[in-house]
Amino acid sequence: MDWTFGLPPEWSWLVWTLIKTLVLIGGVLGVLPIMIWGERKVAGHVQFRPGPNRVGPFGLLQPLADVLKLVFKEDVMPHSANRVLFFLAPVLALVPAFVVLTVIPIGPQFVVTDVNVGLLVFFAMSSLGVYAITLAGWAGNNKYGLMGGLRSSAQMISYELAMGLSVIGVILLTGSLSLVDIVKAQDGRILGFLPRWFVFYQPVGFLAFVVTMLAETNRAPFDLPEAEGELVAGYHVEYSSMKFAAFFMGEYANMIAISCVCTALFLGGWHGPWLPPVWGGIVWFVLKVSILQVFFLFVRWTLPRLRYDQLMNLGWKVLLPLTLANALVTAVAVALREGWLR
Amino acid sequence: MTPIFFLLFAVMAVVSALMVVLQKSPVTSAVYLVLVFLSLGGFFVLLHAPFLAAVQVVVYAGAIMVLFLFVIMLLNLQRDVDDGLHHAARRVFGWALGILLAAQAFLLLRGSWALGPRGKEPAALVHAQGNTQVIGVRLFGDYLWPFEITSLVLLVAVVGAIVLSLRRGRSTGVEDAP
Repeated sequence: MDWTFGLPPEWSWLVWTLIKTLVLIGGVLGVLPIMIWGERKVAGHVQFRPGPNRVGPFGLLQPLADVLKLVFKEDVMPHSANRVLFFLAPVLALVPAFVVLTVIPIGPQFVVTDVNVGLLVFFAMSSLGVYAITLAGWAGNNKYGLMGGLRSSAQMISYELAMGLSVIGVILLTGSLSLVDIVKAQDGRILGFLPRWFVFYQPVGFLAFVVTMLAETNRAPFDLPEAEGELVAGYHVEYSSMKFAAFFMGEYANMIAISCVCTALFLGGWHGPWLPPVWGGIVWFVLKVSILQVFFLFVRWTLPRLRYDQLMNLGWKVLLPLTLANALVTAVAVALREGWLR
Repeated sequence: MTPIFFLLFAVMAVVSALMVVLQKSPVTSAVYLVLVFLSLGGFFVLLHAPFLAAVQVVVYAGAIMVLFLFVIMLLNLQRDVDDGLHHAARRVFGWALGILLAAQAFLLLRGSWALGPRGKEPAALVHAQGNTQVIGVRLFGDYLWPFEITSLVLLVAVVGAIVLSLRRGRSTGVEDAP
Protein backbone atom coordinates (compact mmCIF):
# COMPACT_ATOMS: atom_id res chain seq x y z
CA MET A 1 0.00 0.00 0.00
CA ASP A 2 1.17 3.51 -0.76
CA TRP A 3 1.50 5.37 2.52
CA THR A 4 2.23 8.73 0.91
CA PHE A 5 -1.09 9.25 -0.95
CA GLY A 6 1.06 10.08 -4.02
CA LEU A 7 2.08 13.35 -2.40
CA PRO A 8 5.57 14.79 -1.94
CA PRO A 9 7.06 13.67 1.42
CA GLU A 10 6.54 17.03 3.09
CA TRP A 11 2.82 17.02 2.33
CA SER A 12 2.22 13.37 3.13
CA TRP A 13 3.88 14.02 6.49
CA LEU A 14 1.42 16.83 7.05
CA VAL A 15 -1.52 14.61 6.11
CA TRP A 16 -0.34 11.84 8.46
CA THR A 17 0.13 14.28 11.32
CA LEU A 18 -3.36 15.58 10.77
CA ILE A 19 -4.76 12.04 10.77
CA LYS A 20 -2.93 11.20 14.01
CA THR A 21 -4.13 14.42 15.61
CA LEU A 22 -7.72 13.72 14.61
CA VAL A 23 -7.52 10.17 16.02
CA LEU A 24 -6.18 11.56 19.29
CA ILE A 25 -8.74 14.34 19.58
CA GLY A 26 -11.55 11.95 18.67
CA GLY A 27 -10.34 9.49 21.26
CA VAL A 28 -10.20 12.08 24.01
CA LEU A 29 -13.58 13.55 23.10
CA GLY A 30 -14.97 10.03 23.24
CA VAL A 31 -13.55 9.51 26.72
CA LEU A 32 -14.95 12.77 28.11
CA PRO A 33 -18.53 11.49 28.61
CA ILE A 34 -17.18 8.46 30.44
CA MET A 35 -15.23 10.76 32.74
CA ILE A 36 -18.27 12.87 33.47
CA TRP A 37 -20.19 9.69 34.25
CA GLY A 38 -17.28 8.56 36.44
CA GLU A 39 -17.28 11.87 38.27
CA ARG A 40 -20.95 11.56 39.11
CA LYS A 41 -20.58 7.92 40.14
CA VAL A 42 -17.65 8.75 42.41
CA ALA A 43 -19.59 11.65 43.89
CA GLY A 44 -22.46 9.28 44.56
CA HIS A 45 -20.19 6.68 46.10
CA VAL A 46 -18.54 9.22 48.42
CA GLN A 47 -21.90 10.64 49.47
CA PHE A 48 -23.61 7.23 49.98
CA ARG A 49 -26.04 7.47 47.09
CA PRO A 50 -26.23 5.49 43.85
CA GLY A 51 -25.40 8.31 41.42
CA PRO A 52 -26.84 8.26 37.90
CA ASN A 53 -28.45 4.86 37.28
CA ARG A 54 -31.59 5.48 35.19
CA VAL A 55 -30.39 6.15 31.64
CA GLY A 56 -28.83 3.08 30.07
CA PRO A 57 -26.90 0.31 31.86
CA PHE A 58 -25.32 1.66 35.10
CA GLY A 59 -26.45 5.13 34.00
CA LEU A 60 -23.76 5.12 31.31
CA LEU A 61 -25.90 7.07 28.86
CA GLN A 62 -26.52 9.86 31.35
CA PRO A 63 -23.76 12.12 29.89
CA LEU A 64 -25.36 11.74 26.46
CA ALA A 65 -28.66 12.93 27.86
CA ASP A 66 -26.88 15.81 29.58
CA VAL A 67 -25.18 16.85 26.35
CA LEU A 68 -28.49 16.74 24.47
CA LYS A 69 -30.01 18.90 27.15
CA LEU A 70 -27.15 21.40 26.87
CA VAL A 71 -27.35 21.52 23.07
CA PHE A 72 -31.06 22.35 23.15
CA LYS A 73 -30.71 25.05 25.79
CA GLU A 74 -30.90 28.66 24.75
CA ASP A 75 -27.54 30.26 24.07
CA VAL A 76 -27.69 33.53 25.99
CA MET A 77 -25.21 36.31 25.48
CA PRO A 78 -25.33 39.21 27.94
CA HIS A 79 -26.22 42.52 26.35
CA SER A 80 -23.07 44.30 27.50
CA ALA A 81 -20.67 41.42 26.81
CA ASN A 82 -17.65 41.76 24.59
CA ARG A 83 -18.86 39.57 21.74
CA VAL A 84 -15.54 38.39 20.30
CA LEU A 85 -13.89 37.57 23.60
CA PHE A 86 -17.07 36.02 24.97
CA PHE A 87 -16.97 33.62 22.04
CA LEU A 88 -13.21 33.10 22.15
CA ALA A 89 -12.92 32.11 25.81
CA PRO A 90 -14.66 28.68 25.64
CA VAL A 91 -12.59 27.82 22.55
CA LEU A 92 -9.43 28.70 24.45
CA ALA A 93 -10.51 26.41 27.25
CA LEU A 94 -10.40 23.41 24.90
CA VAL A 95 -7.56 24.07 22.45
CA PRO A 96 -4.50 24.07 24.78
CA ALA A 97 -5.40 20.66 26.19
CA PHE A 98 -5.48 19.15 22.71
CA VAL A 99 -2.19 20.81 21.73
CA VAL A 100 -0.54 19.27 24.80
CA LEU A 101 -1.81 15.83 23.79
CA THR A 102 0.09 16.03 20.48
CA VAL A 103 3.48 15.93 22.22
CA ILE A 104 2.61 13.07 24.59
CA PRO A 105 4.19 9.69 23.76
CA ILE A 106 1.26 7.34 24.29
CA GLY A 107 3.08 4.24 23.12
CA PRO A 108 6.54 3.50 21.78
CA GLN A 109 5.17 3.85 18.25
CA PHE A 110 2.51 6.46 18.87
CA VAL A 111 3.43 10.08 19.35
CA VAL A 112 2.01 12.71 17.04
CA THR A 113 5.10 14.91 17.04
CA ASP A 114 8.29 14.31 18.98
CA VAL A 115 9.28 17.94 19.52
CA ASN A 116 12.59 18.16 21.34
CA VAL A 117 11.04 20.74 23.68
CA GLY A 118 7.83 18.78 24.35
CA LEU A 119 7.81 19.65 28.03
CA LEU A 120 8.05 23.36 27.23
CA VAL A 121 5.13 23.01 24.82
CA PHE A 122 3.13 21.68 27.75
CA PHE A 123 4.11 24.68 29.89
CA ALA A 124 3.38 27.10 27.07
CA MET A 125 -0.09 25.64 26.64
CA SER A 126 -0.86 25.53 30.34
CA SER A 127 0.08 29.20 30.58
CA LEU A 128 -2.21 29.97 27.64
CA GLY A 129 -5.00 28.11 29.42
CA VAL A 130 -5.17 30.97 31.91
CA TYR A 131 -6.62 33.19 29.20
CA ALA A 132 -9.74 31.06 28.84
CA ILE A 133 -10.84 31.71 32.40
CA THR A 134 -9.54 35.25 32.68
CA LEU A 135 -11.19 36.38 29.46
CA ALA A 136 -14.38 34.47 30.21
CA GLY A 137 -14.62 36.28 33.49
CA TRP A 138 -14.05 39.65 31.90
CA ALA A 139 -16.02 39.31 28.66
CA GLY A 140 -19.32 38.50 30.34
CA ASN A 141 -19.21 41.88 32.11
CA ASN A 142 -20.30 40.38 35.39
CA LYS A 143 -18.62 41.26 38.67
CA TYR A 144 -18.71 37.71 40.00
CA GLY A 145 -17.22 36.49 36.77
CA LEU A 146 -14.51 39.13 36.91
CA MET A 147 -13.62 38.18 40.48
CA GLY A 148 -13.42 34.53 39.45
CA GLY A 149 -11.24 35.40 36.46
CA LEU A 150 -8.86 37.50 38.54
CA ARG A 151 -8.59 34.84 41.22
CA SER A 152 -7.90 32.23 38.62
CA SER A 153 -5.11 34.18 36.96
CA ALA A 154 -3.46 34.82 40.33
CA GLN A 155 -3.80 31.16 41.26
CA MET A 156 -2.55 29.75 37.99
CA ILE A 157 0.43 32.11 37.77
CA SER A 158 1.45 31.21 41.32
CA TYR A 159 1.19 27.48 40.83
CA GLU A 160 2.73 27.44 37.36
CA LEU A 161 5.97 28.55 38.99
CA ALA A 162 5.98 25.68 41.47
CA MET A 163 4.98 23.27 38.70
CA GLY A 164 7.87 24.37 36.50
CA LEU A 165 10.31 23.96 39.36
CA SER A 166 8.93 20.56 40.37
CA VAL A 167 9.86 18.98 37.03
CA ILE A 168 13.39 20.43 36.93
CA GLY A 169 14.59 17.34 38.79
CA VAL A 170 13.29 15.12 35.99
CA ILE A 171 14.90 17.31 33.34
CA LEU A 172 18.21 17.19 35.21
CA LEU A 173 18.08 13.40 35.47
CA THR A 174 17.28 12.97 31.76
CA GLY A 175 19.13 15.89 30.24
CA SER A 176 16.32 16.42 27.74
CA LEU A 177 13.11 18.37 27.37
CA SER A 178 11.61 15.82 24.99
CA LEU A 179 8.87 13.74 26.59
CA VAL A 180 9.88 10.77 24.42
CA ASP A 181 13.43 10.89 25.79
CA ILE A 182 12.11 11.28 29.33
CA VAL A 183 9.94 8.17 28.99
CA LYS A 184 12.80 6.22 27.38
CA ALA A 185 15.05 7.11 30.32
CA GLN A 186 12.64 5.33 32.69
CA ASP A 187 13.22 1.89 31.20
CA GLY A 188 14.59 -0.89 33.42
CA ARG A 189 14.69 -1.62 37.15
CA ILE A 190 16.19 -0.22 40.32
CA LEU A 191 17.64 -2.87 42.70
CA GLY A 192 16.08 -5.55 40.54
CA PHE A 193 12.43 -5.11 41.53
CA LEU A 194 11.36 -1.44 41.50
CA PRO A 195 10.58 -0.07 38.06
CA ARG A 196 12.96 2.77 37.17
CA TRP A 197 10.25 5.42 37.26
CA PHE A 198 11.14 8.94 38.19
CA VAL A 199 8.57 8.95 40.99
CA PHE A 200 11.09 6.89 43.00
CA TYR A 201 13.94 9.27 42.20
CA GLN A 202 11.86 12.43 42.62
CA PRO A 203 9.21 11.76 45.30
CA VAL A 204 9.15 15.41 46.39
CA GLY A 205 8.94 16.62 42.79
CA PHE A 206 6.11 14.15 42.14
CA LEU A 207 4.10 15.29 45.17
CA ALA A 208 4.58 18.95 44.26
CA PHE A 209 3.58 18.20 40.68
CA VAL A 210 0.40 16.43 41.80
CA VAL A 211 -0.61 19.35 44.00
CA THR A 212 0.07 21.94 41.30
CA MET A 213 -1.68 19.68 38.80
CA LEU A 214 -4.90 20.00 40.81
CA ALA A 215 -4.41 23.76 41.06
CA GLU A 216 -3.70 24.25 37.36
CA THR A 217 -6.86 22.44 36.33
CA ASN A 218 -8.89 24.45 38.88
CA ARG A 219 -10.12 21.28 40.51
CA ALA A 220 -11.13 21.01 44.13
CA PRO A 221 -9.58 21.69 46.62
CA PHE A 222 -8.26 24.51 44.43
CA ASP A 223 -11.50 25.43 42.66
CA LEU A 224 -11.59 28.96 44.02
CA PRO A 225 -12.22 30.59 40.64
CA GLU A 226 -15.66 29.01 40.54
CA ALA A 227 -16.40 28.79 44.29
CA GLU A 228 -20.18 28.58 43.99
CA GLY A 229 -20.86 29.71 47.52
CA GLU A 230 -19.21 33.09 47.16
CA LEU A 231 -18.87 33.74 43.41
CA VAL A 232 -22.03 32.00 42.12
CA ALA A 233 -19.77 29.78 39.94
CA GLY A 234 -17.36 32.57 38.99
CA TYR A 235 -16.07 32.83 35.46
CA HIS A 236 -18.76 30.82 33.70
CA VAL A 237 -21.70 32.47 35.43
CA GLU A 238 -22.83 34.14 32.17
CA TYR A 239 -22.31 31.09 29.96
CA SER A 240 -25.07 28.78 28.85
CA SER A 241 -25.74 25.99 26.37
CA MET A 242 -22.77 24.71 24.32
CA LYS A 243 -20.42 27.47 25.47
CA PHE A 244 -20.87 26.23 29.02
CA ALA A 245 -20.40 22.69 27.76
CA ALA A 246 -17.09 23.75 26.18
CA PHE A 247 -15.82 24.89 29.58
CA PHE A 248 -17.05 21.66 31.08
CA MET A 249 -15.28 19.59 28.43
CA GLY A 250 -12.20 21.81 28.68
CA GLU A 251 -11.85 21.00 32.37
CA TYR A 252 -11.88 17.26 31.72
CA ALA A 253 -9.68 17.54 28.62
CA ASN A 254 -7.16 19.49 30.70
CA MET A 255 -7.30 16.83 33.40
CA ILE A 256 -6.54 14.14 30.83
CA ALA A 257 -3.73 16.15 29.26
CA ILE A 258 -2.06 16.99 32.55
CA SER A 259 -2.38 13.39 33.76
CA CYS A 260 -0.72 12.25 30.54
CA VAL A 261 2.17 14.63 31.24
CA CYS A 262 2.40 13.40 34.82
CA THR A 263 2.44 9.78 33.64
CA ALA A 264 5.16 10.49 31.12
CA LEU A 265 7.26 12.46 33.59
CA PHE A 266 7.00 10.43 36.78
CA LEU A 267 5.15 7.16 36.22
CA GLY A 268 7.23 5.63 33.47
CA GLY A 269 4.97 6.48 30.53
CA TRP A 270 4.31 3.41 28.40
CA HIS A 271 6.69 1.14 30.33
CA GLY A 272 5.14 -1.84 32.05
CA PRO A 273 5.70 -5.56 32.41
CA TRP A 274 4.13 -8.65 30.72
CA LEU A 275 2.63 -7.05 27.62
CA PRO A 276 4.48 -6.64 24.30
CA PRO A 277 5.60 -3.01 24.14
CA VAL A 278 4.08 -2.14 20.75
CA TRP A 279 0.44 -2.24 21.84
CA GLY A 280 0.95 -3.14 25.49
CA GLY A 281 2.61 0.22 25.96
CA ILE A 282 -0.59 1.99 25.02
CA VAL A 283 -2.53 -0.22 27.44
CA TRP A 284 -0.16 0.60 30.30
CA PHE A 285 -0.23 4.29 29.48
CA VAL A 286 -4.02 4.44 29.39
CA LEU A 287 -4.19 2.44 32.63
CA LYS A 288 -1.85 4.81 34.47
CA VAL A 289 -3.69 7.87 33.18
CA SER A 290 -7.01 6.34 34.25
CA ILE A 291 -5.72 5.74 37.76
CA LEU A 292 -4.68 9.38 37.96
CA GLN A 293 -8.14 10.41 36.75
CA VAL A 294 -9.83 8.40 39.49
CA PHE A 295 -7.46 10.05 41.97
CA PHE A 296 -8.56 13.45 40.62
CA LEU A 297 -12.22 12.52 41.09
CA PHE A 298 -11.81 11.20 44.62
CA VAL A 299 -9.82 14.26 45.71
CA ARG A 300 -12.59 16.54 44.50
CA TRP A 301 -15.26 14.82 46.55
CA THR A 302 -13.26 14.28 49.74
CA LEU A 303 -11.30 17.48 50.41
CA PRO A 304 -12.85 20.82 51.38
CA ARG A 305 -11.95 23.94 49.41
CA LEU A 306 -8.98 26.02 50.53
CA ARG A 307 -9.39 29.62 51.61
CA TYR A 308 -7.77 32.20 49.34
CA ASP A 309 -4.96 33.09 51.76
CA GLN A 310 -4.30 29.40 52.46
CA LEU A 311 -4.02 28.84 48.72
CA MET A 312 -1.48 31.62 48.29
CA ASN A 313 0.48 30.54 51.36
CA LEU A 314 0.67 26.97 50.11
CA GLY A 315 1.84 28.08 46.69
CA TRP A 316 4.42 30.67 47.62
CA LYS A 317 5.59 29.69 51.09
CA VAL A 318 5.46 25.89 50.94
CA LEU A 319 5.59 24.59 47.37
CA LEU A 320 8.01 27.16 45.95
CA PRO A 321 10.78 26.69 48.57
CA LEU A 322 10.20 22.94 48.58
CA THR A 323 10.57 22.60 44.81
CA LEU A 324 13.55 24.97 44.76
CA ALA A 325 15.30 22.86 47.41
CA ASN A 326 14.40 19.71 45.47
CA ALA A 327 15.90 21.17 42.28
CA LEU A 328 19.08 22.14 44.16
CA VAL A 329 19.54 18.73 45.78
CA THR A 330 18.91 16.96 42.47
CA ALA A 331 21.39 19.24 40.71
CA VAL A 332 24.09 18.47 43.27
CA ALA A 333 23.35 14.74 43.09
CA VAL A 334 23.51 14.75 39.28
CA ALA A 335 26.74 16.77 39.37
CA LEU A 336 28.27 14.26 41.80
CA ARG A 337 27.15 11.31 39.67
CA GLU A 338 28.61 12.84 36.54
CA GLY A 339 31.80 13.76 38.40
CA TRP A 340 31.57 17.49 37.70
CA LEU A 341 32.39 18.45 41.30
CA ARG A 342 35.99 17.63 41.97
CA MET B 1 5.48 24.27 2.68
CA THR B 2 7.56 26.69 4.78
CA PRO B 3 6.67 29.73 2.61
CA ILE B 4 2.96 29.07 3.15
CA PHE B 5 3.38 28.97 6.92
CA PHE B 6 5.67 31.99 6.80
CA LEU B 7 2.98 33.96 4.97
CA LEU B 8 0.35 32.75 7.42
CA PHE B 9 2.35 33.85 10.46
CA ALA B 10 3.49 37.08 8.79
CA VAL B 11 -0.04 38.17 7.94
CA MET B 12 -1.21 37.17 11.40
CA ALA B 13 1.63 39.10 13.08
CA VAL B 14 1.19 42.28 11.05
CA VAL B 15 -2.61 42.34 11.20
CA SER B 16 -2.74 41.68 14.93
CA ALA B 17 0.05 44.21 15.57
CA LEU B 18 -2.08 46.80 13.76
CA MET B 19 -5.12 45.76 15.75
CA VAL B 20 -3.21 46.26 19.01
CA VAL B 21 -2.95 49.95 18.12
CA LEU B 22 -6.33 50.35 16.48
CA GLN B 23 -8.51 48.77 19.16
CA LYS B 24 -10.19 51.07 21.66
CA SER B 25 -10.61 48.57 24.48
CA PRO B 26 -7.31 47.83 26.33
CA VAL B 27 -8.30 44.20 26.96
CA THR B 28 -8.82 43.54 23.25
CA SER B 29 -5.50 45.22 22.48
CA ALA B 30 -3.79 42.97 24.99
CA VAL B 31 -5.36 39.86 23.43
CA TYR B 32 -4.14 40.95 19.99
CA LEU B 33 -0.65 41.45 21.46
CA VAL B 34 -0.80 37.82 22.61
CA LEU B 35 -1.56 36.86 19.01
CA VAL B 36 1.50 38.84 17.85
CA PHE B 37 3.67 36.89 20.30
CA LEU B 38 2.16 33.60 19.18
CA SER B 39 2.93 34.34 15.53
CA LEU B 40 6.48 35.35 16.48
CA GLY B 41 6.73 31.95 18.15
CA GLY B 42 5.64 30.47 14.82
CA PHE B 43 8.55 32.24 13.11
CA PHE B 44 10.98 30.67 15.56
CA VAL B 45 9.57 27.23 14.78
CA LEU B 46 10.07 27.87 11.07
CA LEU B 47 13.68 28.89 11.80
CA HIS B 48 14.25 25.48 13.48
CA ALA B 49 14.44 27.05 16.93
CA PRO B 50 11.67 25.26 18.85
CA PHE B 51 13.21 26.16 22.21
CA LEU B 52 12.99 29.87 21.48
CA ALA B 53 9.45 29.42 20.17
CA ALA B 54 8.33 27.70 23.36
CA VAL B 55 10.08 30.23 25.56
CA GLN B 56 8.52 33.06 23.57
CA VAL B 57 5.08 31.66 24.26
CA VAL B 58 5.76 30.75 27.91
CA VAL B 59 7.35 34.07 28.86
CA TYR B 60 5.63 36.66 26.71
CA ALA B 61 2.23 35.21 25.87
CA GLY B 62 1.88 33.11 29.00
CA ALA B 63 3.39 35.17 31.80
CA ILE B 64 3.87 38.81 30.88
CA MET B 65 0.62 39.32 28.99
CA VAL B 66 -1.40 37.56 31.68
CA LEU B 67 -0.01 40.07 34.17
CA PHE B 68 -0.88 42.91 31.76
CA LEU B 69 -4.44 41.62 31.49
CA PHE B 70 -4.57 41.18 35.24
CA VAL B 71 -3.63 44.81 35.82
CA ILE B 72 -5.98 46.11 33.13
CA MET B 73 -8.88 44.18 34.65
CA LEU B 74 -7.97 45.14 38.20
CA LEU B 75 -7.93 48.84 37.31
CA ASN B 76 -10.98 48.25 35.12
CA LEU B 77 -9.74 50.48 32.29
CA GLN B 78 -12.61 50.86 29.86
CA ARG B 79 -11.18 53.49 27.50
CA ASP B 80 -7.70 54.89 26.99
CA VAL B 81 -6.75 57.41 29.63
CA ASP B 82 -7.26 61.08 28.76
CA ASP B 83 -3.80 62.56 29.15
CA GLY B 84 -4.86 66.15 28.48
CA LEU B 85 -3.37 66.29 24.99
CA HIS B 86 -5.72 67.54 22.32
CA HIS B 87 -6.53 65.14 19.56
CA ALA B 88 -5.06 67.40 16.87
CA ALA B 89 -1.79 67.71 18.74
CA ARG B 90 -1.72 63.98 19.30
CA ARG B 91 -2.28 63.32 15.63
CA VAL B 92 0.56 65.62 14.57
CA PHE B 93 2.93 64.06 17.07
CA GLY B 94 1.86 60.61 16.03
CA TRP B 95 2.45 61.17 12.34
CA ALA B 96 5.80 62.89 12.94
CA LEU B 97 7.09 60.12 15.17
CA GLY B 98 5.72 57.46 12.86
CA ILE B 99 7.49 58.92 9.82
CA LEU B 100 10.70 59.23 11.82
CA LEU B 101 10.47 55.61 12.90
CA ALA B 102 9.72 54.40 9.36
CA ALA B 103 12.69 56.34 8.00
CA GLN B 104 14.94 54.85 10.67
CA ALA B 105 13.74 51.35 9.97
CA PHE B 106 14.24 51.85 6.24
CA LEU B 107 17.82 53.11 6.70
CA LEU B 108 18.72 50.38 9.18
CA LEU B 109 17.31 47.49 7.22
CA ARG B 110 19.27 48.52 4.11
CA GLY B 111 22.51 47.65 5.88
CA SER B 112 23.51 44.00 5.74
CA TRP B 113 24.40 44.07 9.46
CA ALA B 114 20.78 44.67 10.35
CA LEU B 115 20.37 40.94 10.86
CA GLY B 116 23.04 40.93 13.56
CA PRO B 117 26.31 39.00 13.69
CA ARG B 118 26.46 35.36 12.71
CA GLY B 119 26.74 32.87 15.58
CA LYS B 120 29.90 30.81 15.98
CA GLU B 121 28.06 27.51 15.71
CA PRO B 122 27.44 26.14 12.22
CA ALA B 123 23.93 24.92 11.43
CA ALA B 124 25.11 21.30 11.34
CA LEU B 125 26.30 21.48 14.95
CA VAL B 126 23.05 23.02 16.12
CA HIS B 127 21.11 20.25 14.40
CA ALA B 128 23.32 17.55 15.87
CA GLN B 129 23.40 18.85 19.46
CA GLY B 130 19.96 20.38 19.53
CA ASN B 131 19.01 23.97 19.79
CA THR B 132 18.46 23.84 23.56
CA GLN B 133 21.93 22.55 24.39
CA VAL B 134 23.68 25.12 22.20
CA ILE B 135 21.74 27.99 23.77
CA GLY B 136 22.38 26.62 27.25
CA VAL B 137 26.13 26.32 26.73
CA ARG B 138 26.36 29.85 25.32
CA LEU B 139 24.11 31.34 28.00
CA PHE B 140 25.80 29.71 30.99
CA GLY B 141 29.29 29.77 29.46
CA ASP B 142 30.18 32.86 27.44
CA TYR B 143 27.36 35.00 28.76
CA LEU B 144 27.29 33.83 32.39
CA TRP B 145 28.05 37.24 33.92
CA PRO B 146 25.57 39.24 31.85
CA PHE B 147 23.00 36.56 32.66
CA GLU B 148 23.65 36.74 36.40
CA ILE B 149 23.66 40.55 36.38
CA THR B 150 20.33 40.62 34.52
CA SER B 151 18.77 38.26 37.03
CA LEU B 152 20.06 40.43 39.91
CA VAL B 153 18.60 43.55 38.28
CA LEU B 154 15.25 41.78 37.96
CA LEU B 155 15.43 40.71 41.60
CA VAL B 156 16.12 44.29 42.65
CA ALA B 157 13.10 45.42 40.61
CA VAL B 158 10.87 42.85 42.32
CA VAL B 159 12.06 43.82 45.81
CA GLY B 160 11.69 47.51 44.92
CA ALA B 161 8.13 47.00 43.74
CA ILE B 162 7.21 45.24 46.98
CA VAL B 163 8.83 47.97 49.10
CA LEU B 164 7.02 50.70 47.17
CA SER B 165 3.62 49.02 47.41
CA LEU B 166 4.09 48.32 51.13
CA ARG B 167 4.93 51.93 51.89
CA ARG B 168 1.87 53.20 50.01
CA GLY B 169 -0.38 50.76 51.82
CA ARG B 170 0.91 51.94 55.20
CA SER B 171 0.59 55.67 54.57
CA THR B 172 -3.00 55.49 53.34
CA GLY B 173 -3.99 52.74 55.72
CA VAL B 174 -5.85 51.01 52.89
CA GLU B 175 -4.90 47.49 52.01
CA ASP B 176 -5.09 46.57 48.34
CA ALA B 177 -7.66 43.94 47.62
CA PRO B 178 -6.09 40.85 46.03
